[in-house]
This record gives sequence, C-alpha cells and structure tokens, in this order.
Amino acid sequence: MTHPIPPGTRDVLPDEMRELRAICDRMRACFEDSGYGEIHTPALEYEDVLRLGEERAAGARYRTFDEQGDVLALRSDMTIPVARVVATRYREVEPPLRFCYFARAWRTAERGVGEPREFLQGGLELIGVPGVEGDAEVVALTLAALDEAGLRRHRIGVGDGSLYRSLLMSLGVPVDRHLPLLESLSRRDLVGLDMQVSGLGLRERERELLVRLPELRGGRGVLERAAAPAGDAVEGLRALYELLEERGVADRVIFDLGLVRELGYYTGVVFEVYDPAVGFALGGGGRYDDLLGRFGRELPACGLAMDVQRIHLAQAAEESLA
Amino acid sequence: MSDDLTIAVPRGALFDGTLDLLDRLGIDTSEVRSNERKLLFADAGIVTMRPSDVPTYVEHGSADIGITGKDVLLEQSQRHVYELLDLGYGHCRMVVAAREGGDPIGDALRRLGRVRIATKYPRVAAAHFAETGRQAEIVEVKGSVELAPLTGLVDGIVDLTATGRTLEENHLRVVEEIGVCTARLIANPVAHKLKGDRIDRIVEGIRGS
Repeated sequence: MTHPIPPGTRDVLPDEMRELRAICDRMRACFEDSGYGEIHTPALEYEDVLRLGEERAAGARYRTFDEQGDVLALRSDMTIPVARVVATRYREVEPPLRFCYFARAWRTAERGVGEPREFLQGGLELIGVPGVEGDAEVVALTLAALDEAGLRRHRIGVGDGSLYRSLLMSLGVPVDRHLPLLESLSRRDLVGLDMQVSGLGLRERERELLVRLPELRGGRGVLERAAAPAGDAVEGLRALYELLEERGVADRVIFDLGLVRELGYYTGVVFEVYDPAVGFALGGGGRYDDLLGRFGRELPACGLAMDVQRIHLAQAAEESLA
Repeated sequence: MSDDLTIAVPRGALFDGTLDLLDRLGIDTSEVRSNERKLLFADAGIVTMRPSDVPTYVEHGSADIGITGKDVLLEQSQRHVYELLDLGYGHCRMVVAAREGGDPIGDALRRLGRVRIATKYPRVAAAHFAETGRQAEIVEVKGSVELAPLTGLVDGIVDLTATGRTLEENHLRVVEEIGVCTARLIANPVAHKLKGDRIDRIVEGIRGS
C-alpha cells in the first residue's frame, strides 16, 4: 500500500536529520558570532502583506482562507517576512540590524530538477548597511558559513541585476523590447538573445556589446573588459571586489555580468552560490534597497538564502573526496 | 562534477556532425567513432546518449556541456540549461502534416470542433495549436508518427522532417511549418561559471571554425 506525499516534499529520517541539523548548527554559530541573531516568523502570512513586498508575493503559491475569509499564503522566502518584522517589531531600533534564519519555505515545483515544493532555507539579512560595504559583509559571511558547514570548493557568483537594463536604456533600445530580451537573458538563451538583438537594427559594435556582455564572467579581469556603457554597475562591482580582497575572499567570487535573478525586489547586486559537486545553485540573494520602504521603513538591505538540503549534497560529496 | 570538462554527445542524426565539430576543436573522437556500444569515453571527456537525454545530463551537471537539437530543447523547455550557440548543422523543420488530398485537419476542426494530432513532441504541438486558437487533442506516440494518420488514429501529426521523404512515402504532406531546428550547444548553469574558461574556449573555437 502507498500513502503518497506531494511531489517535491519528503520525509526526513534520523540519519539525514542529524546531518542536516549539524550543518544548520555550524552555520548558525558562524552567523551568531558575527552578530546575526536567529529569528523565526509564521509559515502562514496574510497574502496582502506578502504582496506589499512584491507583486507576486515573491512567488508564494499555496493559499488558504481563514475563518474571516482573509487569504493566507505559505511564505516562499524569508526576506519579505524579515522586512515586515523590521518595519514593525524593530520600528524604533537604530540600524544596522542583522538576522539569520533556518526555516522552511514553499514554492511550486514547476521547473526542472532539484526544485522542491517545500525546502529548508538557511540565510541571512543585513539591514541598514548600504552599498558595497553591506554586500561584501554578506558575501564574506556566506563563504565563511559554508566553510564551517564543510564545503571547500564553493564560489559565489556576483552580478548586477540592473546592469543589462541600463545598458539597453543607454543604447536607446525601445522600452517595449526590454522584457523579452531580459527574459531570454535570465534563461541564458543566448541564441534567442542574439536573434532578438540582431533584429534591433543597432550598429555592429552595439550589437556585439549586447550579445557578448552576458558571456563575461570570471575574476576581476571581466570588470576591465566590460565596456563603458555598462559603467555605473561595473564601477560598483569593482568597489565590491576591492572590499572582498581586503577580507581575503576575492578569489572565491566569480563576477558574472549576465547574472539576473528572477525575484522582483532586487535593486542592484545579485548573488548565486555554487559548489562543483552540485549541478544547480545552492541559493542566491542580492541587494533590495526598496523593499523595507514598502513596509514603511526606508532602509537599504542585502541578503542571501540557501537550500540546506543542497548544501548537504555538496558537503556529502566533499566528504567522499577527502 | 569532476574537474575535467564532460561533453554530452547525441547519438543518431546529429552524431556525425557533432564528432566532426569536436575533431575541429582538437578533441580526439577516434575511439568514439570506432566503438558503437560503449557510452562513456573518459579520456576524451565524452558521454554518448540519445539526444532527448542530453538536457537531463547537462541539467544535473553530470555533463558540463552538451549538443542536442532545438526540437529537444523546445519540448523540454522547463530544463535549467543555458543555450550558448546555434551550431548550424542538423537542419530540420518542425511541421504539421496531414494525409494528401482534402483538408483533414480543417474538416475535423469545422465539424468536430477539435483536431486529433499524433506527435513525439506533445508540448510543442499543444503550444502550437493553442497559440493558433485551435482545440487539439494530443496523442503521444513513441515510434513512427507517420502511421497514426494512415490508420485513422489522428487527423494530423506534428513531427520533425529533414528532407520530407518519409512523409512523402507515407502519402503525407506538410500543411504548416512551426519552426526550424538545428543543433545547439547547451551548458549546465553551474559549470558555465565554475568551468567558464574551458567552456569559453570551446565557444570561441566553434565561432572561429
């Protein structure tokens, strides 16, 4: 007899649970040491409140009604709930504020492999530290926490979500053409991107720039190779590189000028976390300077969250190499 | 994911073109050419498989890059893989075909309100008929699709055709073209970053050849 559970969910039995727990404990200790206190928020939130943070409620997919007829949604990430907490419970507290969490979140399992419906997210949010100072702290602390979790070869991809859009603006590409271009870019359908760009009637140099920019990724060198129209964003990434160098982690970062993340609340730098043992990103994040303001407290913020089960995959692979 | 670059190579119609391409890049394919049953060629960093499995291996990172047809990518559009290059060879058309004489698809739509379509590409077929505002019942078959309209199973088919000869021999004719498909180079998203240099060298090599 089978008693199914929904696809994309799973039972965790004691051996695996012990290992997951150990990973969370080590990462939590690392975050706590750096002043990031752990918080927990309700799994169910009012949908209207999540929508304040992002139009699509950050992709929340599971909804129900309470006895008053209000719509409740299962949170799809912790960033919006943390923003809500900061704007309410910490209304009078001076920034910066630092939080970490290890909490479950829910999304639909619609695309490809490794897309769970329910997953354990471990992450951190840094509120009130603007610009590259904040970005560098989040990157360095994430790398350190993964070291603690037993990973050795992990890297963080760093891009700027506004870079391509500002490039399109500066080249005078009509606004109604932006969305399909950005969609191809976010899927890295570079063949489709090339075809669309070629149909824009730009000069060859500009066409080349739009097609080749998303291919630029690697160390500091790519920031030198990015041409002038991508200016401001690349300037920001250069400044970030210098701070990461001071922290001794610059070699763990891969700049990726084609990186865009799908979530609508990112305003600048975006991150993705990789380990060669796992074929998909362990997690990601970025800077979201407008989100807190939507809850009534204008503060810059930056954060990053990872799927703990994927970290576990990478850690197990690392062990088998040792 | 090992440190070496692993390339997923499709057996079947794209096989020879792909091996020729790898030869031009200086990758030794002689062992692959001489051994039809072997699947894993560790020295050359090549794994061979049917084209529709290529996105699966690449998505998981079991292969870092791979070559497959655009038809496969269209059908498996949910896969998290990067599409890096149009390789140009393996030129085919994705078409709607029906029996010669008359208009079986139009007749079915007019009289029965829907058309029955057999295909190995159920997502592509469903999307094409939805986009053109026609109700279609999609019948997925695994073998020769040409048989389905001849036996009355369906009113038409959606399939890939290179020369059109198989269609012709089975008294079918192309009634619509959905798109042109060629071989594509795809990459695993993580490998695209962590093995960027080696992947770029291959991309540049192909662009230059």
